[in-house]
Amino acid sequence: MALNRQHLIDPAVCIRCNTCEETCPLDAITHDATNYVVDYDKCKGCMDCISPCPTGAIDSWQTVATPWTLDDQYSWDDLPDEPEGLEAEEGAPDEEAEELRDKAEAAQGGKVPPPFSAAHPYVSLYSKDNPATARIAGNFRITGSGAGSDIHHIVLDFGKAAFPVLEGQCIGIIPPGTDDKGNPHLMRLYSVASPRDGERPGHNNLALTVKRVREEDGMKGLASNYLCDLAKNETVQVVGPFGDSFLMPNHPSANIVMICTGTGAAPMRAITERRRREMPKAPGKLMLFFGARTPDELPYFGPLQKLPKDFIDTELAYSRLADKPKEYVQDRMKTRGEDLANLLQSEDTFIYVCGLKGMEKGCEEAFEEICAKSGLNWEALRKIMKNQGRYHVETY
Amino acid sequence: MTIDYNEKIPNNVNLSEDRRLQRALEKWQPGYLEWWDQLGPEDTTNYDVYLRTATSVDPKGWAHFDYVKMPDYRWGIFLTPTDEDRKIAFGDHKGEKAWQDVPGEYRAELRRLIVTQGDTEPASVEQQRHLGMTCPSLYDLRNLFQVNVEEGRHLWAMVYLLHAHFGRDGREEADAMLERHSGDPDKPRILQAFNEDTPDWLSFFMFTFFTDRDGKYQLASLAESGFDPLARSCRFMLTEEAHHMFVGESGVGRVIKRACDIMTEHKTDNVRKYGGIDLPTIQKYLNFHFSVSVDLFGQELSTNAANFYTMGLKGRYQEEKINDNHQLKDDPYEVSELKGDSIVNVEAPALTAINERLRDDYIADCQAGVNRWNKIIQKAGIDFELKIPHRAFHRGIGTFSSVKVSPDGRVLTEAEWDHHHGQWLPTPEDRAYVSSLMQAVTEPGKFANWIAAPDRGINNQSVDFEYVRFN
Repeated sequence: MALNRQHLIDPAVCIRCNTCEETCPLDAITHDATNYVVDYDKCKGCMDCISPCPTGAIDSWQTVATPWTLDDQYSWDDLPDEPEGLEAEEGAPDEEAEELRDKAEAAQGGKVPPPFSAAHPYVSLYSKDNPATARIAGNFRITGSGAGSDIHHIVLDFGKAAFPVLEGQCIGIIPPGTDDKGNPHLMRLYSVASPRDGERPGHNNLALTVKRVREEDGMKGLASNYLCDLAKNETVQVVGPFGDSFLMPNHPSANIVMICTGTGAAPMRAITERRRREMPKAPGKLMLFFGARTPDELPYFGPLQKLPKDFIDTELAYSRLADKPKEYVQDRMKTRGEDLANLLQSEDTFIYVCGLKGMEKGCEEAFEEICAKSGLNWEALRKIMKNQGRYHVETY
Repeated sequence: MTIDYNEKIPNNVNLSEDRRLQRALEKWQPGYLEWWDQLGPEDTTNYDVYLRTATSVDPKGWAHFDYVKMPDYRWGIFLTPTDEDRKIAFGDHKGEKAWQDVPGEYRAELRRLIVTQGDTEPASVEQQRHLGMTCPSLYDLRNLFQVNVEEGRHLWAMVYLLHAHFGRDGREEADAMLERHSGDPDKPRILQAFNEDTPDWLSFFMFTFFTDRDGKYQLASLAESGFDPLARSCRFMLTEEAHHMFVGESGVGRVIKRACDIMTEHKTDNVRKYGGIDLPTIQKYLNFHFSVSVDLFGQELSTNAANFYTMGLKGRYQEEKINDNHQLKDDPYEVSELKGDSIVNVEAPALTAINERLRDDYIADCQAGVNRWNKIIQKAGIDFELKIPHRAFHRGIGTFSSVKVSPDGRVLTEAEWDHHHGQWLPTPEDRAYVSSLMQAVTEPGKFANWIAAPDRGINNQSVDFEYVRFN
């Protein structure tokens, strides 16, 4: 069964001022003597009614199997709870996606369970035969114009199709057309860079962080160039979501250590933003080690600088700064060895590594050195952490 | 329809193409800012307030949120877009093209309507100027300031019409808007409800629910006007007015919620013992604010109102959605009337009963809101119902101003009234109690003990967001 995303009005908050009904270009909003309601069949999710609403009651959305009827909505005093445990038909595992994920997770040495407090992910709701169509709501270059790499922040809007994702999950993109042998192009996976409630909360959208792979990088990337060149309002076919292990813990006392390079920042951004929105004052610590060649090439450099120090402890490492020795994330980890060692001793600490293939080696070495100095055994600790879903690596 | 913010006076009416008008309004502007400084929210010049500002009049652009210092708020002139084919929907001119200029024969009447409406806008800012000192939370403080800046903008909307369409007397009327002051014994505001004090936050919430709702109904009937610039001004004002209704409904609702919480938690009716406002006191405030607000609709039968309608200047609420002849020449309408010692319903000519019809629409809207308040009480499992008093209760204008009537509609003797009115209207002791609760709470996310926190923040921000920075 396909899931639908339904626009509703919260009757406990609405003051029946008629502004939404007046504003709606499609006459999808109507009312009786008690409630204002949205007609699922007429609403196209254009969002015209959202900002004029003085109460926020209009900004209510649910993922449902069968849309609520107008009569259902007229009878409400409060918004009912969103239906849980929907039997969304999760398709058979997508072999191509599985293979890609296995490759990405290879560095952690086999399957790792998700954290005990992770939310339940939806997986494989949309297949290659039945993809979701998303509209490009925004596509911006986020690296400096002089920077050597061209990284884009791309926002996909799913309209009325439910496409629930969790931080750490990825989605599949298949570039249109066929290769020179007439076969469809291969799927590429991209980590979601926005938290579960969307890049813009309440809007059915998600963000990707895509690096344009150019000829001079080895081979021109088909999918990355396709995505980076999409204009606003163009559509793209999306498969997924995928991933049931690299998920964030949801308990407030969880310490989250994030180590990433380049576009490996995407899941880290999602995790950080989720914590910022949901529990900015959580007792658990957030620590981020983030590497790039130069500040210009570090995606989300600006917004990252604005996060308060008592919310996230950030260490940036640059490998190509003029007049400065090369520095990698592992060097920064060693500098902060004492703090990391303290965190490693807590059962509430979860580690996430994401970035270019090979970076995990440097991280492993750093952890080994840090542990040795504090009288810990990294190999044993890593095994425990993996078994408990507290050590996750994804490299590509 | 983008608003040009490079202009001294932001507008979407091509003000820069009319040099004379632009100069006249720029001359009025310093007086306005001085008025805001002296009679607007007290000692707030340096606050950064998380305000909503319109950046265009289409749905996507008119609610832009950011920190603003109130004196820097972009007050301006915004009209909903012109509909070239708009026809007058009622009265003698029904079916004619809407007027873009003032028809000479109706000039005096139109000016009077605009001045009366315009005068209420700065009046309420004046009435509320001290409230910031005792805000129950930053969230509420921000809402108060949002209401204030928008009332200021509504004054701009009316002043623009006076300057643009009424020549010298229009300019004089615009100046007089800044010369009359709420409660001033020598130069009071035109309507009495706008000379009353707004002494505490319960009064403020009641005022925005009941008295601003009168504003909504007046604006809605002016939005039907055959004089198109007035209709378009009022239409955009209505979008802003909805926020004021929200502040009132949710504000009173949260006071009720808090009372119910205290009653449930302590298993008591003695809400005051625990620092809340008890439901009977809320009922008295409701009675007061409802009764002074229904006065604002004027006489039950009014030749002036009939004339305004026939002339096509001021319609009924949602005129175009009403299914009748829109001229009302021979139609009847039922109104309440005093007959001896009782109140009876009689048939009157619909045309002269136009005020009463608007009052009926208003009362129905109030009743729906009060029903939603009662839901809060019901949900808490408490046996109490808030009631709207009879329309004849405590009236200062119209047929019923000559008699004393109980909230349930019985005509009383003076002696009966003297004996009972303390049960129906806030007594000095009630006011003193409510006033004693008014202590400023300014820590983000904290709320005064007498009011519950809201369910949602503004613009999807959390409830503990720092809505006002004092600097």
